[in-house]
Amino acid sequence: MNDPRLAMHRRRKRLNVVALTLSLAAMAFGVFWLIWILVETVRLGFGGLAVSVFTQMTPPPLAETGGLANAIFGSLVMVVLATLLGTPIGVLAGIYLAEYGKRSWLGHTVAFINDILLSAPSIVIGLFIYAVVVAPLKGFSGIAGVLALALIVIPVVIRQTENMLSLIPNALREAAYALGTPKWKVILSVTLKAARAGVVTGVLLAIARIAGETAPLLFTALSNQFWTSDLREPMASLPVTIFKFAMSPYENWQKLAWAGVFLITLGVLLLNILARVLFRNKH
Amino acid sequence: MAATLPATSYDAANKMERDTPQGRPPERRRVAPWADSIFALLTHGAAWLTLALLVGIIISLFVGAAPAIREFGLGFLVSTDWDPVQEKFGGLVMIYGTLMTSFIALLIAVPVSFGIALFLTEMAPGWLKRPLGIAIELLAAVPSIVYGMWGLLVFGPILSQYVQIPLQSAFAGVPLLGTLVSGPPVGIGILSAGIILAIMVIPFIAAVMRDVFEVTPPMLKESAYGLGATTWEVVWKVVLPYTKSGVIGGIMLGLGRALGETMAVTFVIGNMNQLDSLSLFEAANSITSALANEFAEAGAGLHQASLIYLGLVLFFITFVVLAFSKLLLAQLRKGEGTRS
Repeated sequence: MNDPRLAMHRRRKRLNVVALTLSLAAMAFGVFWLIWILVETVRLGFGGLAVSVFTQMTPPPLAETGGLANAIFGSLVMVVLATLLGTPIGVLAGIYLAEYGKRSWLGHTVAFINDILLSAPSIVIGLFIYAVVVAPLKGFSGIAGVLALALIVIPVVIRQTENMLSLIPNALREAAYALGTPKWKVILSVTLKAARAGVVTGVLLAIARIAGETAPLLFTALSNQFWTSDLREPMASLPVTIFKFAMSPYENWQKLAWAGVFLITLGVLLLNILARVLFRNKH
Repeated sequence: MAATLPATSYDAANKMERDTPQGRPPERRRVAPWADSIFALLTHGAAWLTLALLVGIIISLFVGAAPAIREFGLGFLVSTDWDPVQEKFGGLVMIYGTLMTSFIALLIAVPVSFGIALFLTEMAPGWLKRPLGIAIELLAAVPSIVYGMWGLLVFGPILSQYVQIPLQSAFAGVPLLGTLVSGPPVGIGILSAGIILAIMVIPFIAAVMRDVFEVTPPMLKESAYGLGATTWEVVWKVVLPYTKSGVIGGIMLGLGRALGETMAVTFVIGNMNQLDSLSLFEAANSITSALANEFAEAGAGLHQASLIYLGLVLFFITFVVLAFSKLLLAQLRKGEGTRS
C-alpha cells in the first residue's frame, strides 16, 4: 500500500534533480558565452594592439600601417560632449520627477515616456536626428552625432536620478525645511548631495552605453577617414569604424577592427566595474 | 483635551500621505526669492523637453515616412518588393526577419534565463550569488557591436561547420526539414542572428526574473517547503505563479531589446532582401539592418521614405511591447501591496 506513494516520492525527487541540473546548465551556458566572447576579444584584439593604433590615422585597404587615432579621438569628443549635454537635462528632469511631479499628470506621463525612450531602438533615435539636424543642415556632422548620443544619455540619467532621489528619506527634507531652507537649496545641497553616488553611477553607466553605440551614429556623424576636430564635418567614431572595417574583406582592416573592439570592451567593462564599486561604497 | 491635541492634525488620511514631505518651505525671509521659481522652472522645462522629444520622434517619423505611406499605404506591410531602381518598396522581408530573429531569440533565452534566475535565487551558495550576478550583468553591458563582430567572425563559421553541415547531410531529401537547413554553409542568416540576439537578451531577462523571484514573500516559500515540496515544486508552483506578470514583463523587456537591436543583427543576418527560401541558414534582412546598411546611401525620395516607414513600424512594435510589459509590471506592483 505504501508502494505507489514511494514511487511518487521518487518521481518528484527525480524531477527535482533534473530541473536543478538544467538550471545549473543554464547558468553555465550564460557564463560560457561571456567567457568565450571575452577570451576571443582579448586574444584577437590584444594581438592587433600596437602604438600605431593610437598614433596613426585609419588606413586605406591593404595598407601596411595605420591606426585608429582619428576614430578614438572622434569617439572621445562625441561621448564627452554628449555626456556634458545630456547629464544636466537628465538630472533636472529626474529632480522634477522625484521632487516636484510625484503626483501630477506631467510626472506620470514623463515617467512613462522616459521608459519608452529608454528602450526605444537606438537606430530610431538616429532617424530622428537625421530628420531634424542632418537633413535641414544638408550634411552629416559631428554635432548630429553628439545630439543623437545625448538623446540616449538623457533617459538613463533621468531614471537613475529619480530612483536615487526617491530613496532619500523624507525626514531629511523635512529637517531641512524646518531650518527654513528654500526648496531649491534643499534639493541641491541636501537630497541631491545624499544621492550623489547613485547619480554619478548612472552617468557612468550612460557613458558606458553610448561609448559602444553604433546605430545612432551611422547616419548622423557618419564617418571620416581623416582627423577632424570640426564638429560641422562628418566625424569618425570607434564603433562605426569597427563596423566598416569588420565587414570588409581586407585583413589589415579586420585586424584594426579587433583592436578597436578590444579597446571598447575594455573601456565599457571598466566603466561598469567602476560604477559598481562607487555605488557599493556609498550604499 | 482639545487644547493639547488639535483634532485635525493627525487624522488617518494624513497618516497615509507620508510619501510626500509634510513640511512646506517657508514663505518669508528668503535670501534669493527668485531662486526657487527659477529652479522649479528649470526642472519643469527639462521634464517638458523629455515629453517633446518623444512627440518629436513620432512626428518626424510620420513626416519622413509620409511619401511612402501615401504611395503604398498599408500594403507596404505585406509586400516583398524592394526595388530601389523601379521605386517599388514593401517591408515584409524585413518585418519577417525582425520578428523571426526575435522569436528564435526568445525561444532560447526564456528557458535559459529562467534557469539562471532559479539558480541565482534558490541554489547558489551565498558567496557565489554576487559574482555570478555581476557576471551576467556584465554580459548585458558588452556593446552590441562586439557581439556582432564575434558572431560574424568567430561564431558563424563554427555554427555552419558543426551544426549546419551535419544537419544538411542528416536531413537531405526530407521535405520540410531539408528546406529549413538548406543554403550555403557560411554561418550567416536568421538562425545565427537569433542565437546572437538570445545571448544578448539573456542577461536582461535573467536579471528581471531574479529580481521578481526575490520579491516572493519568504513565508510563502517556507510554507511550501514545510509541506515537503521540492525546490523545483516551490519554484514552479509557488514562486512562478506569484511572480507571473513580472516574469512576462521581463520577457517583454527582452523582446523589446531584441526587436530594436541593430549591430548584432546587421553583422550576421546577411542583408539580402529575399524570402524565397524559408531556410534558417539563408541570408535575410531585418528592419534595423536594412536601415543601417541603406539609409546613409539612399537618395531623398521614395527609397528614404520607405526606410523611415520601416523605422516607424519598428518604433510602433517596440512601443506596443513596452507598454504591455509596463502594464504587467505595474500589475505585479499593485498585487504586492495588497498581498504582502
